[in-house]
Amino acid sequence: MTLLKLSAAALVASVAFAGAAAARDQVQIAGSSTVLPYAKIVAESFGETFPNFKSPIVESGGSSAGLKEFCKGVGPETIDIANASRPIKSSEVEACKAAGVTEIQEVRIGYDGIVFATDKGIADINFVPADVYKALAAQLVIDGKLVANPNKKWSDVNPKLPNIDIAAYIPGEKHGTREVFEEKLLAHGCKDTGAADEIKKLITDEKAAAKACVAVRKDGVAVDIDGDYTETLARIAANKNGVGVFGLSFYENNADKLKVATVSGVVPTVESIAKGEYPVSRPLFFYVKKAHLGVIPGLKEYVEFFLGDAMVGPDSPLAEYGLVPAPDAEREKARTDFAAGKTL
Amino acid sequence: MTDITSADPMVLTAAPPRREIGIKRRYAAERRFRLYGILAISFGVIFLLLLLWSVVSKGYTAFLQTEITVPVTFTEKVIDPQNTRATNPAVLMAANYPVLARDALAKELGVDPADRAALKEVNSMISASVRVQLRDIVVNDPSVIGKTVPVKVLAEGNVDAAYKGHIDLSVPESDRKISDRQLGWIQQLAAKGELASRFNTGLFVNGASSRPEAAGVGVALIGSFFMMLIVLALALPIGVAASIYLEEFAPKNRLTDLIEVNINNLAAVPSIVYGLLGLAVFINFAGLPRSASLVGGLVLTLMTLPTIIIATRAALKAVPPSIRAAALGLGASKMQTIFHHVLPLAMPGILTGTIIGLAHALGETAPLLLIGMVAFVADFPATPLQPSTALPVQIYMWANEAERAFVERTSGAIIILLLFLLAMNIGAVILRRRFERRW
Repeated sequence: MTLLKLSAAALVASVAFAGAAAARDQVQIAGSSTVLPYAKIVAESFGETFPNFKSPIVESGGSSAGLKEFCKGVGPETIDIANASRPIKSSEVEACKAAGVTEIQEVRIGYDGIVFATDKGIADINFVPADVYKALAAQLVIDGKLVANPNKKWSDVNPKLPNIDIAAYIPGEKHGTREVFEEKLLAHGCKDTGAADEIKKLITDEKAAAKACVAVRKDGVAVDIDGDYTETLARIAANKNGVGVFGLSFYENNADKLKVATVSGVVPTVESIAKGEYPVSRPLFFYVKKAHLGVIPGLKEYVEFFLGDAMVGPDSPLAEYGLVPAPDAEREKARTDFAAGKTL
Repeated sequence: MTDITSADPMVLTAAPPRREIGIKRRYAAERRFRLYGILAISFGVIFLLLLLWSVVSKGYTAFLQTEITVPVTFTEKVIDPQNTRATNPAVLMAANYPVLARDALAKELGVDPADRAALKEVNSMISASVRVQLRDIVVNDPSVIGKTVPVKVLAEGNVDAAYKGHIDLSVPESDRKISDRQLGWIQQLAAKGELASRFNTGLFVNGASSRPEAAGVGVALIGSFFMMLIVLALALPIGVAASIYLEEFAPKNRLTDLIEVNINNLAAVPSIVYGLLGLAVFINFAGLPRSASLVGGLVLTLMTLPTIIIATRAALKAVPPSIRAAALGLGASKMQTIFHHVLPLAMPGILTGTIIGLAHALGETAPLLLIGMVAFVADFPATPLQPSTALPVQIYMWANEAERAFVERTSGAIIILLLFLLAMNIGAVILRRRFERRW
């Protein structure tokens, strides 16, 4: 009989809990795993600086998953902020609208560099986008025909590169980083080698031609990594000839194990990315639900705290971690735009 | 016998001819099978040892944390320059406390206060958590202002990693997170005994943090505890009631067969499916808060139920029918038979099944991903309705961190989880030993 009593008590308790679930006194954030470390630093400092507010909850899971949660509707059971390592897509804005999230405020927090790194032991690598394209594209134009990529060694691609087998660990397709990789390296390299024009001659459909430029070979030479950078690091530790794609901050934290490759002769650093010299970088964002401002305690203060120079400025903890700060004017604009309540 | 021997004396001297029954072949087969068995076991043991070795060798240092003892002077000029704390206590909250610790350490190391680059390096040896630590000291006891008090501050994650030997010091200085000058300071402080390792209680009591030195599994432990409590309070009574009904009362027909097939099926459903269900039912429909351990507990209850039902039914089935017959024969009702005789005898089996189900639920992350529990949670939850994480989730989150100091903490958290699982499984064995009846 005690069992029955226990279960009855548990049921009553759970119903009572359900009744108390209406209000929320904590900011809820979800989204990109690239933005996660930065959001964590800000959330933690926010909780310490404002003892009257609780630290925000930051979920990871990827830009797309975060925006999907964000677009579920308005109300305390939905999240307040979506972190994203890419701009929101128009399809996502429409999905948001359909669910009643009509006012979205976009906040750009800074930039992130995408770097190539190898094991410490191998020779220096200096890429140009064309090398990456020729090494990793699914098909190359040879003698006026599209053929499967025949290159096996980096030295086949460019005699100046080391004579080692090509083995690239690149972000999988669910990562926002993959898009930047395709756009800034493969598409550029495709254009630089002149392959883009030749592909256009072979494939008349424009979209298909653009796709052919950024298609990555699937013969095992390029490996998609669907996990995080720690997985890429483990792959490089296992295959010393491997080349991995990392975020700048991850590389900087593991610079004693990794050697970074230059792209177009530029070494990726916070400075070279801030100046726009290093070609492979992208802005990082978060999106705020305007309807929740003033409803969820601490939301407005969190965003303002995040945008302050003490967090995203040149000499801030985020910059220390590896975020490339936006120029002064851009940071100022982000603050005024948010204060003015500018929506998408 | 004598007749036979006298009839054929030849047989007496030679051994009796044995029928060829393949005894050698059969012994050989048995030996081979034993060998296979030993090989199979050693294969498993080797991998278990490899796992334990890799976790423990990487993780044991996580239970130690490097601390620096510095005599911090709580200068009034830094904390409350206008002397307004009597009227405006917020001054004490917002003061620039890290400077106090930095200056104290710089003085200890003999660094010139005008050398800004050196001061920055000194500052980066102390955890940023020092702000809250010193603030709490001052807020709790404002009379400390103006005095010099020795304070044990956490060393920054990279200092901790370097002191424990986790950073490769053979690479050029620019490629590591710690400079040669800082290494010199570490040695200098360690020689004076002001920098030392002590047991890392923070690993157990702190919440999540972006700073490895201040990060702990405290919030995750509480979240896991709440969830286990909810699973136990819901899954055990519901599971036992369902199995008693199915086993003892329900008629055997197509419907109950269908239910049985479905329960067995549910036990094998990937756990992420329960997460999807939890998101749809508990969060979107019932409106329970995201990231709350209540929702996590409910989802894990659904996941554990089939395991408990299957174990309970097996335990009930194993009670000999003679017990039931005897009870019924003495005039007990069916209800009395079950609750007075069958259930107590089946209890060890039921509890073992429950503990195994709980241990399974304790190690689960996939269903928690969708209900928002794979998250950074710094504040402690007071009720199951407040956001929290779970122990395996914390391991997953730390495994993805970039900082070197999180590598050992990941393994440290795995050791903690393994210890909990070990304790639960030992509990199951003890319960079985103590209460098991033999007929």
